[in-house]
Amino acid sequence: MRLGSRKYSGSNNVDINYFSVLPEIVLSIVGMIIMFVAAVVPAPNQRSLGYLAILGILLATACAVLFYEPGSPTFFGMVYQDSFGLFCRLLFLFSSGSVALVSIDYLERDHLPHGEFFALLLFATVGMSLMALSSDLILTFLGLEILSIATYILAGFRRDDVKSGESALKYFLLGSLSTAFLLYGIAFIYGATGSLKYPAMAHAVEGADRFVALLLGLGLLVVGFGFKAALVPFHIWTPDVYEGAPIPVTAHLAVSSKAAAFLAFVRILHQVLPGLGDHWQTVLWVSAFLTMLIGNIVALSQTNIKRMLAYSSIAHAGYLLVGIVARNETGVEALLFYLGSYALMTLGAFAVVQLIGGAGERRVGLDDFRGVGQTHPFLAACLTIFLLSLAGIPATAGFMGKLFLFSAAIQAHLYWLVVIALLASAIGLYYYLRIIVLMYMREPNADGSVVQIPVPVGIAIVIMLVGTLGLGLYPGPFLQLASEAASF
Amino acid sequence: MFEGNLLTILLLIPTVGAGVVAIMPGNNQRLLRTGALLVSLAGFVWAALLFAWFDSSSGDMQFVENWTWIRAGGFNVAYHVGIDGISLLLVVLTTFLMPLAVLGSWSVAKNLKAYMVFMLLLETGMLGVFLALDLILFYVFWEVMLIPMYFLIGVWGGERRIYAAVKFFIYTMGGSLLMLAGIITLYFHNRAESFDLVSIADRLAAGQIRFSPSVEHLLFLAFFLAFAIKVPLFPFHTWLPDAHVEAPTAGSVILAGVLLKMGTYGILRFCLPLFPQASLSFAPYIAGLAIIGVIYGALVAMVQPDVKKLVAYSSVSHLGLVVLGIFAFNLPAIEGATYQMLSHGVSTGALFLLVGMIYDRRHTRAIADFGGLAHVMPVYSAFFMVMLLSSIGLPGLNGFVGEFLILQGTFLQSAPQAALAALTMILSAVYMLWMYQRVFLGQVTNESNKGLLDLDRREIALLIPLVLVAIWMGVYSNSFIRKMDASVQKVIERVDAARESQIFRVEQRGH
Repeated sequence: MRLGSRKYSGSNNVDINYFSVLPEIVLSIVGMIIMFVAAVVPAPNQRSLGYLAILGILLATACAVLFYEPGSPTFFGMVYQDSFGLFCRLLFLFSSGSVALVSIDYLERDHLPHGEFFALLLFATVGMSLMALSSDLILTFLGLEILSIATYILAGFRRDDVKSGESALKYFLLGSLSTAFLLYGIAFIYGATGSLKYPAMAHAVEGADRFVALLLGLGLLVVGFGFKAALVPFHIWTPDVYEGAPIPVTAHLAVSSKAAAFLAFVRILHQVLPGLGDHWQTVLWVSAFLTMLIGNIVALSQTNIKRMLAYSSIAHAGYLLVGIVARNETGVEALLFYLGSYALMTLGAFAVVQLIGGAGERRVGLDDFRGVGQTHPFLAACLTIFLLSLAGIPATAGFMGKLFLFSAAIQAHLYWLVVIALLASAIGLYYYLRIIVLMYMREPNADGSVVQIPVPVGIAIVIMLVGTLGLGLYPGPFLQLASEAASF
Repeated sequence: MFEGNLLTILLLIPTVGAGVVAIMPGNNQRLLRTGALLVSLAGFVWAALLFAWFDSSSGDMQFVENWTWIRAGGFNVAYHVGIDGISLLLVVLTTFLMPLAVLGSWSVAKNLKAYMVFMLLLETGMLGVFLALDLILFYVFWEVMLIPMYFLIGVWGGERRIYAAVKFFIYTMGGSLLMLAGIITLYFHNRAESFDLVSIADRLAAGQIRFSPSVEHLLFLAFFLAFAIKVPLFPFHTWLPDAHVEAPTAGSVILAGVLLKMGTYGILRFCLPLFPQASLSFAPYIAGLAIIGVIYGALVAMVQPDVKKLVAYSSVSHLGLVVLGIFAFNLPAIEGATYQMLSHGVSTGALFLLVGMIYDRRHTRAIADFGGLAHVMPVYSAFFMVMLLSSIGLPGLNGFVGEFLILQGTFLQSAPQAALAALTMILSAVYMLWMYQRVFLGQVTNESNKGLLDLDRREIALLIPLVLVAIWMGVYSNSFIRKMDASVQKVIERVDAARESQIFRVEQRGH
């Protein structure tokens, strides 16, 4: 914990270290280049924009690793330079890169504009990184807004599709409301602590006298972040938005956007508000309980695979929350590990669904997965592994993640929460198995056409597959990274 | 050269074999069958060598391998494998039944390659369960093994296969989730040092780890529930008839022959040594459920109209007896229980194979559709009679030894329990012989049974080893029982020590 923020406030030394945000700078510049180039490049060559975006992400990743230099916050104490930030950044770059990889052929197939899509995706990544790196509530808020606005547009990207429009509008209206809550919460906390900088706020919270304002602020933050992370009871928007949005955007919402909300929230809770630990633990305990149960139970009755995965992602937010409720370092470490695993298996599952769904996403009902094991053996096998991982079956990343999360909770003596989590996992098993049953144990539909696997999507699926099995069989190195990042 | 990796090799044989089968051309059925058969035979040969090399004078784990698997962020999980006298016998049973199950799957035509790959992966999972000495490693194998079995039932099973497969999966997985919570709790009681079964058990015995009685009882239940569902102990048995009946023949053989034993093995390996106090205090209730299972299973088996279902329910009855033996906590009973696990694997495995053979010919298993088969298929009827008698527990065949030892040991513990459990001898004779009479004896009443062909050479070849083993186990049981003496003794010592400390504590309170 660094408490030296006052050093900056009165100082004339301009403390600007561009290298600390170089990856974000790179992403922004590449995003703008894409927008310009998109206007010039003729339609048949639009694919190259996607590769340009991936190149930008790789470049940003290289910058993030090469110029990583742990130290105190820079930019007037607004940006952390710590291993947690590095972990988050790499996670976001990875998930955005994967979304970009699967989007190229999706956009081409459905005749959607490439330029705007990739530019917005990169801007959203910038927003996410800033959220997780921020050591100042204003920057956190700005990051969230950059992410949100980009994502509102992306959700409505299939302009001709009524559902996509509905998705964007719902997400925009409710999202704006939730940001308002967040901003209001920030105002209360500022009022109570007299600062927006995390270290100074943490210091002020320790001996806080304006306790009610702090609690109100905390409550409003829970609403704001809970919305973005789709925690019950702030999850109502999720299924409609996920169903209507284009599948790569749904994957981005379910993985990156959710992860960003979680990671920024974890940092605030552990670095700013540990003094209110007893309070937020109780609130989040209840939310975790509801999120796990409601997510899994409602998923049982879904007939559209995007909606089903939406509820499944709600359930997983509940498991992730267990890591926060545990309030120990093992919990954060497990949360980071689980986010990595969750990214792999969810992105993989959506990549397969996107291919099977076909042009115009016409085949996303559960019944469309009948006999896929016979018509598309490779895709079915991959989806099976992703689903088994989501269900938490051993030898996959999902199991290891759950093992670590539940261990953290048991270490914190949260036995009931673990029992509920286990019960919820058992319920979840049923709907994941249902898809496997349809794919392997039912006969294919008569109209079943065979889809080709485009190379970029194939690469993405193989990466996710290797990752899911790799983290399941040999989780040590990644857990070590998560463990280093969790020590803030 | 590989002296330190004997057990890893055992695990790798079916795993690598599955990989090899997976890259074979899918349309060459002959090659796939031969390949899978050779792999499973190789596994058996290796297990037989381990059996020969095993030092039966020691109750400790042998052929131990212990490598760090996950060591990061406060977790320490090891790839720790080893076998003692109890797991050795179950490993041999598994590898013995596997080639027979493969050989009994000749009638499978649909997607044969995937079938054989799943069979071999299933073998890896089952062997892993018996070898694992790290709690997490054990849990991983315990759950992973469900996936191939789920597909075997769900894709290649009978009419209600999907229902049976999903029920099987959710029942067993749901039951074992609490065990995961128990394992993690145990880990933190072990000062978060390791998930190592051997060291945790030793520390418990030395009093370095202590639980309060309520914690011990809850932990015991968390583990026991997972095992009781697998056994299955009454009233957790409802998944069994569905899974056994709907599974393809080889699936039923493996389910009854090996999977059920994982439950009883788990009780013997985890519940008794780790939670001896709780085992003692729950013993009367568990014995009660076991006896209900023995009688209930037999009565329900008696009224089944379907031969396969009858054999399935007879498993509930036989396994109830095994659980009863384990909770008598003395040498004859536990050795008898372990022996009965092997013996049940052989006889019930054989019975399922035999039922599969008649089903391949007639596509029905209803008792009412048959009658007088002894006239049409004399060889088949003879094999059926031998295995049926071994299942009933006729002296001179395998079933008798285990049942006798269990009853003897239970009698030492409680005469009424032994008296009730002894009913199994009578009841099993009733349902089995009555079924035999209706299916094989009398005149051939059904026209479509007249033209049935008797067993071919493959079928005879796969039944002969089973008959030989049944006789061997019945006549010279020492070759198996002596292997487990020291290991069983060790389990009993743990329980006895706990019993004495309990008495000691009660006496202290009395003074």
